[in-house]
Amino acid sequence: MNHPIPPAVRLRSAIASRGGRPVLRGVDLTVQPGEVVALLGANGSGKSTTVKAVIGSVPLDRGMLELFGVPYAKFRAWHRIGYVPQRTTAASGVPATVREVVSTGRLPQHRLLPFRRRDREAVDRALAAVGMLDRAGDGVADLSGGQQQRVLIARALVGSPDLLIMDEPMAGVDAASQQVLADTLRAEVARGAAVLLVLHELGPLEPLIDRAVVLRDGCVAHDGPPVPNTGLHALPGHDHVHPHADHTPPRLLA
Amino acid sequence: MTEMLSYDFMQRALLAAVLVGITAPAVGIYLVQRRQALMGDGMGHVAMTGVGLGFIFQTSPVWMAVLVCVLGAVTMELVRSRGNQRGDIALAMLFYGGMACGKLLVSLSAQAGAGSLESYLWGSILTVAPADLTAIAVLGAVVIAVTVGLRRQLFAICQDEDFARVTGLPVRTLNLLLAVMAAVTVTVAMRVVGLLLVSALMVVPVVAAQQLTRSFAATQAASIALGVVVSLAGVTGSYHLNVPSGPAIVLLAIAVFAVFSVIAAPLARRRHRAGADPGPRECDVQLPGQGSTPGRGSAKGSSRGPSDATTPERRAGLAQ
Repeated sequence: MNHPIPPAVRLRSAIASRGGRPVLRGVDLTVQPGEVVALLGANGSGKSTTVKAVIGSVPLDRGMLELFGVPYAKFRAWHRIGYVPQRTTAASGVPATVREVVSTGRLPQHRLLPFRRRDREAVDRALAAVGMLDRAGDGVADLSGGQQQRVLIARALVGSPDLLIMDEPMAGVDAASQQVLADTLRAEVARGAAVLLVLHELGPLEPLIDRAVVLRDGCVAHDGPPVPNTGLHALPGHDHVHPHADHTPPRLLA
Repeated sequence: MTEMLSYDFMQRALLAAVLVGITAPAVGIYLVQRRQALMGDGMGHVAMTGVGLGFIFQTSPVWMAVLVCVLGAVTMELVRSRGNQRGDIALAMLFYGGMACGKLLVSLSAQAGAGSLESYLWGSILTVAPADLTAIAVLGAVVIAVTVGLRRQLFAICQDEDFARVTGLPVRTLNLLLAVMAAVTVTVAMRVVGLLLVSALMVVPVVAAQQLTRSFAATQAASIALGVVVSLAGVTGSYHLNVPSGPAIVLLAIAVFAVFSVIAAPLARRRHRAGADPGPRECDVQLPGQGSTPGRGSAKGSSRGPSDATTPERRAGLAQ
């Protein structure tokens, strides 16, 4: 039981509610270093809430959370985590360039000190990894949905995290961006990063995934190897909703 | 011009205008970024209670307004951060309560002259006393130091609060700091443009500047420059035309916004033209079973087929 390296995420018996309604009813979730874990489940099964509990933006009513072996309350090594929230838009009320948005991912490194050359170089590298370096000076509001998603992924990669947490990275993303996303993810896994992915279905990322955790009504219904090509469709209560009706590319990683 | 500058009160008025012209957009840009452009308005209403308390207790209305406005801003921030769906109703109560309470307190106080509250509602920059100027300068310096010095941190929390939390930023503390800075700015600007128009000076230079800018840093710099220019021009204009300075500044800022938005469209077009080839202006993909459309005549069109289907969509996204 004594791991030489503690797990990147260790969530035990997590109970959480939102607006008085119980959403997590005792969720266990472990992500080992270098492991790729997919979190699956129907709408409202608690997968997004689980991820928000892991990053601490939804507080636990009961249960325990450790990140890299450190209890959440004492955890300070935020530079080890890269987070890609569920995208609505990367734009806000004031224009901002792609570079400005990605640069916020370097805040754990430079903190209150000025933004230096090595920070700038890290931003360039992350933008190159998602194929957006040529758009660095453009406004994020001028990009397509898939391109905005790539910017948000670059923002998470810019600190070379040991754990990458992504909430529905494939939702509403065009084919070209899906390919870039899959390639990027593969490179991160090869580098040794652990990945926790919220997915609606396994889809083109399936060959990368080591383990699938399926949630149903705030409880873990399955924890083990991903079941190829069935995924969510085999589960009761699955409502099949496609956010985008366009053609899904055949097996990006094959 | 030199005649105008020979008066002490005009020197103080112009100095106050410069300070407010810098501070208001420096804070306002974060409110606009978070789509809370009308928050300054609400704080102006709440500050009226502070002015009323100042009248009742015969103390400085400016410092009382700072105190009440900071309390109000902290309350608003707590309501916002809890994400309550009834939050807007709570804010409405706070705003109307603040305004009603202010008027009531002023009418109860001994020095309730007709023009006493008026000067805080619409500003009275020509009556800025040396002590007022010191207060404006000190508070303004603090606001500028925070909003410009912590630009990357404040940008991050206003852009994406969840992500900012995962970078380890003290999100709650920074949110409260920003709310307090906005409250202080409202009271600083109170003497220059008045509580009813404070929000305009926090918002209009920002939205005017962003018609022409693409980056946050450029928007912040341009909006501060614009704030200073319209404040100085407004005060100077109001001296020569003998009109109140607050409305003059605000109308001038709106005029600049109108001009900028008119020239923004052709400017953006030119920028796109200078960039990568945006492709043909009209669709050149022909659907099977349709004859050639007059005026296009692209022979390549029909042979392209569905492999090119994503590009027009992408182009449409870029042109927005």
